[in-house]
Amino acid sequence: MNIIICLKQILDPEIPVRDFRIGPDKREAVRGNANLVTNIFCENALETALQLRERTGGKITALAFGAESAEDTLRKALAMKADEAVLVLNDGHPHPDPFTVAQVLAAAVRKIGACDLVMTGRESGDWGSGQTGGLIAEELGLPCISFVDHIEARGEGTDASLFVKRQTDNGWELLNAQPPLVVTITNNEFNVPRIPKTRDIMISARQPITKWTLEEIGVNAAEVRAGQSYYEVVDLAIPAKDVACQFVSGDTLEQKVENLAQRVIEVTRSL
Amino acid sequence: MNDVAICLFAESGYDRAAQGVIGAGRRLAGTLGGRLHAITIGTHNPELNVRIAAVADSVISADQVELAEYQPELCLDALAQLCGELAPKAVLLSNDTYSQELAPRLAHKLGGSAVGDGIELIAQDGAIRVKRSVYGGKAVATIELKRSPAVIWLRARAFEADSAGSASVATVRQTRLNLPSGDRTRIIERKAESTGEARLEDARVIISGGRGLGGPEAFKDLQELAGLVGAQVAASRAACDSGWYPPSWQVGQTGKKVAPGLYLAVAIRGASQHMAGISDAKVIAAINIDPDAPIFKHCQFGIVEDYKKVIPLLREKLAALQK
Repeated sequence: MNIIICLKQILDPEIPVRDFRIGPDKREAVRGNANLVTNIFCENALETALQLRERTGGKITALAFGAESAEDTLRKALAMKADEAVLVLNDGHPHPDPFTVAQVLAAAVRKIGACDLVMTGRESGDWGSGQTGGLIAEELGLPCISFVDHIEARGEGTDASLFVKRQTDNGWELLNAQPPLVVTITNNEFNVPRIPKTRDIMISARQPITKWTLEEIGVNAAEVRAGQSYYEVVDLAIPAKDVACQFVSGDTLEQKVENLAQRVIEVTRSL
Repeated sequence: MNDVAICLFAESGYDRAAQGVIGAGRRLAGTLGGRLHAITIGTHNPELNVRIAAVADSVISADQVELAEYQPELCLDALAQLCGELAPKAVLLSNDTYSQELAPRLAHKLGGSAVGDGIELIAQDGAIRVKRSVYGGKAVATIELKRSPAVIWLRARAFEADSAGSASVATVRQTRLNLPSGDRTRIIERKAESTGEARLEDARVIISGGRGLGGPEAFKDLQELAGLVGAQVAASRAACDSGWYPPSWQVGQTGKKVAPGLYLAVAIRGASQHMAGISDAKVIAAINIDPDAPIFKHCQFGIVEDYKKVIPLLREKLAALQK
């Protein structure tokens, strides 16, 4: 099973609200002192891929489209034991729209070659558009299954068949699929990303990362650099929200909880 | 063309989300000066089609055996054919799993642009703009779609239902589509995990547990509590990731976006990613041991105590008050 896993480096979504700032052009967040991290769903996807490889063998190629800094995301993927890493360097718009990203990743997938499974996270922790997987599938003419949390492979070569479990609004569905296909991965208790071993981190620092320019993957580089042919962010604002919390009063715990219960009943009866 | 098409899966029925999508579609069509077409996919659901016919200008029901149950590739093909014929300026979908899954692919097939989790639609100078929550709920972006049609899945319950209705009742047209066979993906098993009666998105009251609960046992206590006030139990991502509660009941930026009348957060700190899932809740209340937990910044009322001490007492008091 040859797996290509798409990884996105993002502004640390855990930064507190009070440290979150928007740039003067009102188009994107200011990095400030925040770290850059790998999007969590991308790491869930990598973990899912690693577990699949442990069961069925194969090769995992980590793929990112981003600035030079995205090398850190790929090094971490190598430390988690992805086999190879490819970075398509983005020297254009810092936040290209989802179609631009999908075009680039699809072109890179084609250039990497033999691939049974393309995996992405279900959405990113920054812009969260949740479109990359679906659009890559369309660019490559492949089927796509979203919100997947587990994959089993059975059979080999042309008889290979995948059993894909995905989350739905009220439970789950099991799908049978013939590779190649695209899946987007969501989190569950079994794909919490592993912590790389110190030794593997040290090894990963010396592993080669293939780097491609936009010209090398055969996309319309000018359009990709502009990055806004699909949609454009025209405004970004921090919503005003200030609610004063009334803490329930009472001299004893019992009185406090009594008051809490009364508030709860008041609200539920008013609905 | 300034028409608007709404796409609904018949199996979801005429729920609050469907009403939100229909209402949003009716108003957008009005602003654009176009017609409102409704497409329903799936086994015959007379009530849904009749209700929609009272609001839309035309209803197309793709009701055939291949579409009786959702299959990603077949439903995508069906929607692409039907939307392609209508050539609308905008295509609106709800926020169920299937709509989220198909929206970007449908946009690609139609040569349009997609955006998801829309909370407001703006038609201005011929362009369609969508407001959506980004950066884990820390900011709201306005996004202009550059290609037509604009394919948008909505945070459906954030939109008002239509109140006016249409002047005349539209006829429901049944279609028979030519759909490809031999799909490369096929759903072979479906399982609903029922932890309550209503869908989380439709719940009037939600009691939700977080990392601070420390284990799956406390969710049983929350369920008992929920039973007393007709609430649904939900969980934060941390709790679901720990395997304490099924992930289909996860609330937050990456789980369900809910809009209950009351959301009671138990031992949930309230990171912005969690709050992004409950921004449409009418009243938020919290039980948390930490007075500085960010959740209290969003609460109308709350109690600073160890949930372990509060829950048994609260159960007792609620039971007494409900009598």
